[in-house]
Amino acid sequence: MGTYFLRHVQVLIASVGQLSRTPGSTLMSVGVIGITLALPSLLYLLLMNAERVSSAWHAGTHISLFLDTAIEAKQSESLLAQLQAREDIEQVRMISADRALREFKELSGFGEALDALPSNPLPTLLIVTPDHRYENPAALQELVSEFSKLQDVELAQLDMEWVQRFHVILQLARRVTLVLSILLALAVLLIVSNTIRLAISNHHEEIEIVQLFGGTDRFIQRPFVYNGMLQGFFGAGTAILLVLTCLHVLRSPIRELADLYGSAFQVAGMTVGEGLALLAIGIGLGWLASHLSVRRHLHRPIAP
Amino acid sequence: MIRFSQVSKRYPNGHEALKRISFTLEREQMAFLVGHSGAGKSTLLRLITLIERCTRGQIIVNDKNLTKLSRRQIPFFRREVGVIFQDHKLLRDRTVFDNVALPLVVAGVRHRELGRRVRAALDKVGLLGKEKLYPVTLSGGEQQRVGIARAVVNRPPLLLADEPTGNLDADLSDEIMDLFYQFNQYGVTVLIATHDRRHIQRLHRPVIELRNGEITAAEGQS
Repeated sequence: MGTYFLRHVQVLIASVGQLSRTPGSTLMSVGVIGITLALPSLLYLLLMNAERVSSAWHAGTHISLFLDTAIEAKQSESLLAQLQAREDIEQVRMISADRALREFKELSGFGEALDALPSNPLPTLLIVTPDHRYENPAALQELVSEFSKLQDVELAQLDMEWVQRFHVILQLARRVTLVLSILLALAVLLIVSNTIRLAISNHHEEIEIVQLFGGTDRFIQRPFVYNGMLQGFFGAGTAILLVLTCLHVLRSPIRELADLYGSAFQVAGMTVGEGLALLAIGIGLGWLASHLSVRRHLHRPIAP
Repeated sequence: MIRFSQVSKRYPNGHEALKRISFTLEREQMAFLVGHSGAGKSTLLRLITLIERCTRGQIIVNDKNLTKLSRRQIPFFRREVGVIFQDHKLLRDRTVFDNVALPLVVAGVRHRELGRRVRAALDKVGLLGKEKLYPVTLSGGEQQRVGIARAVVNRPPLLLADEPTGNLDADLSDEIMDLFYQFNQYGVTVLIATHDRRHIQRLHRPVIELRNGEITAAEGQS
């Protein structure tokens, strides 16, 4: 067991040496892998940030209930009490028809024209804030239709329909990121397996001799598999650097934008866990690519 | 040690390189395999090292039935056979030491024992002290000795040589052949493919002669 482990370490060190002996092509393939992995990672992080923003908006979602103008103040009070008693509703605010008219007069400048009206044309408004149970847009929509069936309610309106749209767009973006990630992972597989293929053909003679002197397939494959894994590892490391640089560049313009909207939003960076996951993905892709390549190119019969 | 029974080898292009060959090479024997180029000498050696498989018949080497050996078992079988090539097949970017150590590294021999055994093998072929050199700096005869050291470093019971003296002049050839003779004296079974009949006359060993894929003569076989 000890010698087995030792041999793996030896091969790993030898593989590092092999990569450093051809710095040009190594840097090139590591760079290409880095850029290829950085793109979906960056998309993923931006997506996570966008989701964070949208969930913050969602907390502020509320439903406006415009009451029948014919009903008495008492009836609206009882509806208010009824809604406030519900467990799934966080808060209900009432803007009475009188107050609405007063505000409208002050703000619109139609004061005198409105005075000429025989009665108040504005309805009483109840602003309902549902609790966290209604984060899901479908449930929210159900609540809205439930409200619109209430007798005294003329119209129930979800104020932030665009939040829903934003959600749909995010879902689309998530799908696009997923598809793009798969395509780019395939690209990494192709890049690594191509460099491994070249390495195999460069070592053709050596492989043949090792085979003739009883080297098992595993023994012959090992350095190439390590080579692929190292490329994946360094590629992922490059990708992390690229992503951190991009986020750094984007951070201050995004903060300016958030300031303009009066938001304290800050771009969330890459967590250590995400960085490690990216490294693991890089190593995994390198492992897979080298295995595929080795399997395809090593099994040709040797002919001395 | 080697037993061929009715062995044929037909290549996919239809060429029949060996036609129903049968012969036996006993343990600790030394024999020559002769014939013109194209007579099937190389094919025969490739069948013994399982570089190729026969299309018909049965080959038994060192008590193993080669026709029944799986792909997985081939590397372990090859460790029991030392092979020497006309063109040496040394790795140019490795030192003499690393070249000779290769079969031991492949077999997972521990580092300390590795050095000892490589030096012992180099000592036997008279190249002790040259382990740090690269093969290109050596003469043709010395390179072939490195190849022989590599073939015997694992102490295989069987040595195969394909035209080991093909590129060497008469004196160097004799030295190389004497080395094989010595290994045979230590109890190693040796089979040498050659077109040089001089060695046969000099060493008085049995001969298997091939012509157009058939055995025409097996002189002096026991």
